[in-house]
Amino acid sequence: MLYSDKVMDHFMHPRNVGEIEDASATGTVGNAKCGDIMKVYLKIEDNIVVDAKFKTFGCGSAIATSSMATEMIKGHTIDEALSLTNKAVAEALDGLPPVKMHCSLLAEQAVKAAIKEYYEKHGGIPEDKMKFFDVLDEDEHSV
Amino acid sequence: MAEKIVKRVYLDNAATTIVRSEVVDAMIPVFTENFGNASSIYLEGQKAKSTLEDARARIAACLNAEPSEIYFTSCGTESDNWAVKGTAFRYAKKGKHIITSAIEHHAVLHSCEALAKLGYEITYLPVDEYGLVDPAQVESAIRPDTILVTIMMANNEIGTVEPIEEIAKICKDKKILFHTDAVQAAGALPIDVKALGVDMLSLSGHKLHAPKGIGILYIRKGVAITNFMDGGAQERAKRAGTENLPYIIGFAKALELSLSEMQANIPRIEKIRDELIDAVLDAIPHVRLNGHPVKRLPGNANLSFEFIEGESLLLLLDFMGFACSSGSACTSGSLDPSHVLLAIGLPHEIAHGSLRVSIGKFNTEEEVMSIVPALQEIVQRLRDMSPLYEDFLNNKHTPYTPCNRCAK
Repeated sequence: MLYSDKVMDHFMHPRNVGEIEDASATGTVGNAKCGDIMKVYLKIEDNIVVDAKFKTFGCGSAIATSSMATEMIKGHTIDEALSLTNKAVAEALDGLPPVKMHCSLLAEQAVKAAIKEYYEKHGGIPEDKMKFFDVLDEDEHSV
Repeated sequence: MAEKIVKRVYLDNAATTIVRSEVVDAMIPVFTENFGNASSIYLEGQKAKSTLEDARARIAACLNAEPSEIYFTSCGTESDNWAVKGTAFRYAKKGKHIITSAIEHHAVLHSCEALAKLGYEITYLPVDEYGLVDPAQVESAIRPDTILVTIMMANNEIGTVEPIEEIAKICKDKKILFHTDAVQAAGALPIDVKALGVDMLSLSGHKLHAPKGIGILYIRKGVAITNFMDGGAQERAKRAGTENLPYIIGFAKALELSLSEMQANIPRIEKIRDELIDAVLDAIPHVRLNGHPVKRLPGNANLSFEFIEGESLLLLLDFMGFACSSGSACTSGSLDPSHVLLAIGLPHEIAHGSLRVSIGKFNTEEEVMSIVPALQEIVQRLRDMSPLYEDFLNNKHTPYTPCNRCAK
């Protein structure tokens, strides 16, 4: 099998699929041309990600990493969500095939794009958080 | 978790086919009894030799060729490599220009790319929206230094059947060698090398219920190309290597069966295919049929489902028991979707959502049609989680981060 059981589980039964009507922020990354787009919706209250949902156009691992990434940040603080890495997402899924690692980066980028939007709506990105957003400039296929 | 037991429906006959029991039966004695090396002079060898030549004659008869024009290879890819590179090397002094199409199989395209690195010039002819090569474009692409035209008989992904006779005639008039990759056409269309007027033609056993690991290159009498495989004097010293006799016997049997059953099989398969296409287009919105509506292989249905991605579609179909293929990037191991779907003008995002269903002799109408409700369910499920579909429903376009590598 191409994918681990965990990837298949998150692909077949994705957690947190959908939209949040009154989302605090959303982040959309990827490109239809490349075959994957992720959109993450966050509901943030008192610095806590109280809800996270996603919509993804993409392959099995793109859907599974979206599902896992949203699971990993739900109920956590913004700071904790910001420290989410693509490696952590991939590890939580018991690994991804090498050609699919870019999907996990896309998941990290989608979460960070949403947090960036949240900061921008609330007085701008704090200086000490800037470094977390460098990843948004990375080409997901370079992973 | 116990694996769910589902009935399997194999709808990827363009990828490979099951070996028919008649073919297995014909092969077994060649493994266990008639096992000699056809190059040996003693009884076992001579028995093998006569079996080999008998098979060659039977295959030649199926293709309206002479037995001496049939060369056995290890696969369709080897046949294509040999035809393209063998011609290129042989005629390098005459010229280094080769004409092919943008939708050839990688066995031809990558052979051409390898030759380009050696200083050959390749013209990749475009195709129209249905995947058809225009013979007039072949004619105008021919130059004084053109040594080979290679255009496939039928496309493996979208099933479009090319005007090979017309192209062969142009090449003959201009005295240019013409090769066709007939790997997908064999078993689905009658192949008469004389009527087609081709100089070389590639075939593969495993697409027509013979085993994997056996191919044929037809080389018309009088055409000389450089050897590809050097070694012993097998195949009239043109293709070295001990002949794979059991598989050759299997190929002969499979080809004969496909021909004798063609008149009954093909209309049946075509009818199921058209029913399937109509039912899918009826049941699911935002779907397009890729390839030509009429000039297509009997068993090929290639459909693009907007707003979803092919690998997800294949995984869910697999879970429900269906084996199919897709031209999405994620299934090809590269970033780009199928070169064929891009060549017929599909935008990347629609090419990513393609599905190829290839129906074969052993598929029943009932099992093929059972994919329709499965597709309906799966496509809706994937669209419900697709941000592209959400945008479409809301009539807006979310700007995505640009991708340096893919944006063209």
